[in-house]
Amino acid sequence: MNRIIIDEIYCKGCHICIDQCPKDVLAVSEKRSPKGYLIPYALRPEDCTGCMMCEMICPDMAITVEASKNEK
Amino acid sequence: MHPIAEKYLRKSALPTIFCPGCGHGTVLNSFLRVVDDLGIIDNLSLVGGIGCSSWVPVFVNTDVIHTLHGRAIAAATGLKLANPQRTVMVFSGDGDCMGIGGNHFIHACRRNIDITVIMMDNHIYGMTGGQLAPTTPFQSKTQTSPYGNPEMPFDACKVAIAAGATYVARWTTAHPRELAKAIKEGIRHKGFSFIQAVSQCPTQAGRYIYGTGDPAEMVKMVKKSSVRLAWAGKMSPKELEGKMVVGTLYEEQGKPELSESLYAMMKGRKGQHEQNNH
Repeated sequence: MNRIIIDEIYCKGCHICIDQCPKDVLAVSEKRSPKGYLIPYALRPEDCTGCMMCEMICPDMAITVEASKNEK
Repeated sequence: MHPIAEKYLRKSALPTIFCPGCGHGTVLNSFLRVVDDLGIIDNLSLVGGIGCSSWVPVFVNTDVIHTLHGRAIAAATGLKLANPQRTVMVFSGDGDCMGIGGNHFIHACRRNIDITVIMMDNHIYGMTGGQLAPTTPFQSKTQTSPYGNPEMPFDACKVAIAAGATYVARWTTAHPRELAKAIKEGIRHKGFSFIQAVSQCPTQAGRYIYGTGDPAEMVKMVKKSSVRLAWAGKMSPKELEGKMVVGTLYEEQGKPELSESLYAMMKGRKGQHEQNNH
């Protein structure tokens, strides 16, 4: 299972990653980040294929997708 | 934060000045991946003019010049001629590159100097409050054209090809992987490389031109309005109306490059001068 880390300091809550994810892994969290944005979180990390679209498109480079070691 | 960002960004300048969902951040993201891939950070000089887009180089921890409005390419030309070994890149916006710096742009294309220009095109002057830009679509409403834009927009890639640029590509922020590939090819290419990165401005262009301030919706719109070069060939001109063709639009090898031909000429003159003195 890939690990999706979202930096709550740098994320500005634009939600492009949620929209662009082909597998709908990400969702909007209900808790606000320290800066007051509703940032995304990995709702279904088991569905993540590791396409890195969210990581590549993030305008604030706040997302890191860590590929799982046992699968590779 | 992503490890690549951690490695190459100036921590003191963060967070970026961009609005939430601004496409310029995606261009910065793609660019940093290329820098990491090629390992050119020690030999890299970045030049930016004025505008949101020209803030992109400021965040990168390398040599940066922040120049006058529209004069980024002029400054980059001087830098490249002073030190031809350096990789010089210009980050410019549509107003900065096509509007105020239009003349510098076409002459850099004509000279075929080995710099890479990334023009982030969000169809509006975003930083100053949403005024009409040379790339604003026909009949769209902005702050300075409340009844619609009466002017026809520029096609920056066609201008670059006509003026003599040797590498011209257009991608959007909805294609970050392809954009990174184009930037990489542009850096490797010997000669003037021009990359138009169509990006979204949710704050100004989104609210006034496209009718939505939602960045995710805007990325979808950008993606929907783009057609890949291979598919565009099979489409009729009517189908292509209102669409933009993305891909590597033009590539030419072997055209004389300015810094090379200038230095070769200087070397020749020096030899002649020494002969005359003896």
